[in-house]
Amino acid sequence: MARATTQRSRIGWTIAAWFVALLIFFPILYTIITSLKTEQEAIAGFDLIPSFTLSSFEAVQSQNSYWRPFTNSVILSLGSTLLALVVAIPAAWAMAFSPTKRTKDILMWMLSTKMMPAVAVLVPIYLIFLRTGLMDTRIGLTVLLMLINLPIVVWMLYTYFREIPGEILEAARMDGASLRNEILYVLTPMAVPGIASTLLLNVILAWNEAFWTIQLTTTNAAPLSAFIASFSSPQGLFWAKLSAASVMAIAPILVLGWFSQKQLVRGLTFGAVK
Amino acid sequence: MNMKLRSLMGACALTALAAPVMAETLTIATVNNGDMIRMQKMTKPFTDANPDIQLEWVTLEENVLRERVTTDIATNGGQYDVLTIGNYEVPIWAKQQWLTPLTDLPADYDADDLLPPVRAALSMDDQLFAVPFYAESAMVMYRKDLAEAAGVTIPDSPTWTDIKTAAEKMTDKSKEQYGICLRGKPGWGENMAFLSAMANSYGARWFDMDWKPQFDSAEWKEAFTDYLTMMQEYGPPGASSNGFNENLSLFQQGKCGIWIDATVAASFVSDPNESTVADKVGFAKFPNKEGVDNHGNWLWSWNLAIPASSQKQDAAKKFVAWATSKAYTEQVAAADGWRAAPPGTRTSLYENAEYQKDAPFAAMTLEAITVANTQKSSVQDVPYTGGQFVAIPEFQGIGTSVGQQFAAALAGQMSADDALAAAQSNVTREMTRARYIK
Repeated sequence: MARATTQRSRIGWTIAAWFVALLIFFPILYTIITSLKTEQEAIAGFDLIPSFTLSSFEAVQSQNSYWRPFTNSVILSLGSTLLALVVAIPAAWAMAFSPTKRTKDILMWMLSTKMMPAVAVLVPIYLIFLRTGLMDTRIGLTVLLMLINLPIVVWMLYTYFREIPGEILEAARMDGASLRNEILYVLTPMAVPGIASTLLLNVILAWNEAFWTIQLTTTNAAPLSAFIASFSSPQGLFWAKLSAASVMAIAPILVLGWFSQKQLVRGLTFGAVK
Repeated sequence: MNMKLRSLMGACALTALAAPVMAETLTIATVNNGDMIRMQKMTKPFTDANPDIQLEWVTLEENVLRERVTTDIATNGGQYDVLTIGNYEVPIWAKQQWLTPLTDLPADYDADDLLPPVRAALSMDDQLFAVPFYAESAMVMYRKDLAEAAGVTIPDSPTWTDIKTAAEKMTDKSKEQYGICLRGKPGWGENMAFLSAMANSYGARWFDMDWKPQFDSAEWKEAFTDYLTMMQEYGPPGASSNGFNENLSLFQQGKCGIWIDATVAASFVSDPNESTVADKVGFAKFPNKEGVDNHGNWLWSWNLAIPASSQKQDAAKKFVAWATSKAYTEQVAAADGWRAAPPGTRTSLYENAEYQKDAPFAAMTLEAITVANTQKSSVQDVPYTGGQFVAIPEFQGIGTSVGQQFAAALAGQMSADDALAAAQSNVTREMTRARYIK
């Protein structure tokens, strides 16, 4: 009896999990379906069966170059994340292993910067970029994206580092390890799952960033978010083409997420059940 | 001096000499319209004739483009050398001295060939501040076969009563055949473009001469009530989310008897590659209320302008003159046929026999544009310019807010009276804040 109930509840939970997963994935699925429709079908209304035409992909390819924004997206997302890790690992180390009574306040303050609407600082940042010659440059955007995501990176790493026993680091210190060696050879290898999931999550966040990357670029540094934005049309049908451009833009990150999902989940739940 | 150093100095000297003849890159901000995309593919004659000028295109969504360009101009950024902007922005930005006056266009440009209403909409003190790439007014597009089957005739210059009667008779909801399709999606450039033109044709106006909103007038009430009646009784379901594109698709699929919208749609609905009803479309003038001599005064154009902040004024002037020239129109016609020529800007295009033959909507489009009066859009006196919009910076905000009230009424969430009252109070508040109302 108990086994039957367990079995039934397991099936129930599985169905519920699939339902929730499908619900979350549905917008992406529908974008893919729409990209395989003709423009007429795309605007006609809800329909899950496309005519499987690739004409929208062809139109997108012929209209705008994909590779330049793709390369920019790769450089911006990887560059900003790696830069953020370089800054955040020592910061999180200090906060996790040598906390002061202000550490929590500093962490909260860092997070609070994410609560401000981006548009509120558009003009000052625009002017800074303009005056310093960083407008439409990869380096300017890489630094900006790094700064935008830094609070999250520090928070995530801080959470992971807190799960690592301080005694291990103390032992390393007693064995004569320098600060650099302690972080590089003791702390970092132990926090690899956490660092990897932080890296992946921030690559995804930077890849999807669509406010600053559109506002601060014109042609040279414009990533895939700007590529997608160029397919919306005020007069003329565009949903299928827009969906095709979106699929092309999200495909690399979707594949990356798919292959690294184990690592991502492991990292995100790291230390959750202890 | 060793050989390496000599070579290096030589290379430096060559680079310095080469610098003045190096290509200048023009950054052109544009929207994703069929005509604009075509232009991007046809620039070879221009770049061949001007090897020192290279073109970089930045295509953006219409509202993003507006935001980007506004930020850039306001901060004197100089990121763009050529802008694609509407005739709503041109007078506002020209007044702010954000645009370069186009004084010295080449002699063969023939600015006098530009259609007078279009030229007037882009000028301040008789000075052009942008040149039109294509322009449109609004007109009635209807299914000749359905009208015939329903036993109704739509005259060349119909009244709203004619339209209402025809819509009623052409409706057969069991066959998903709706008598009339009009814009319902909220937005200053969506439902409010249509409703402002419709209100003009009923004798209404947005503001009186003291900038007091007029939504409490009998003319607005009559126009809006008629709009709701037609849409709710003879229109398609979910009309409050239908804009230009959605109605275009419905009409092309044969689901609309009448569609009243921008003249540029005529080439889409009569294109056999896109439309299932291409050979069954009739055209008529934008309707008017009996006794009111006003056909909406809708005039929109996409134009090329040069921001005052651009460092490459001469090259930019060369480009805008070429892209809006007669030669460019001929180039498009040679490549894609006369129907594809950017419409609504030049008198010579409408005098061209080949264009008239290829584009059955040419005469009606020309008439609609020619009679559009953006300097006085209503039969009553108005303190503003603009046809289907009010050319003040605040209009984007107030137009969209009124559009939301009207879309709510169309969706049945509030009555016509409540929507008009809410519009009146919102716009009064905003205009007082903006100090138009003293």
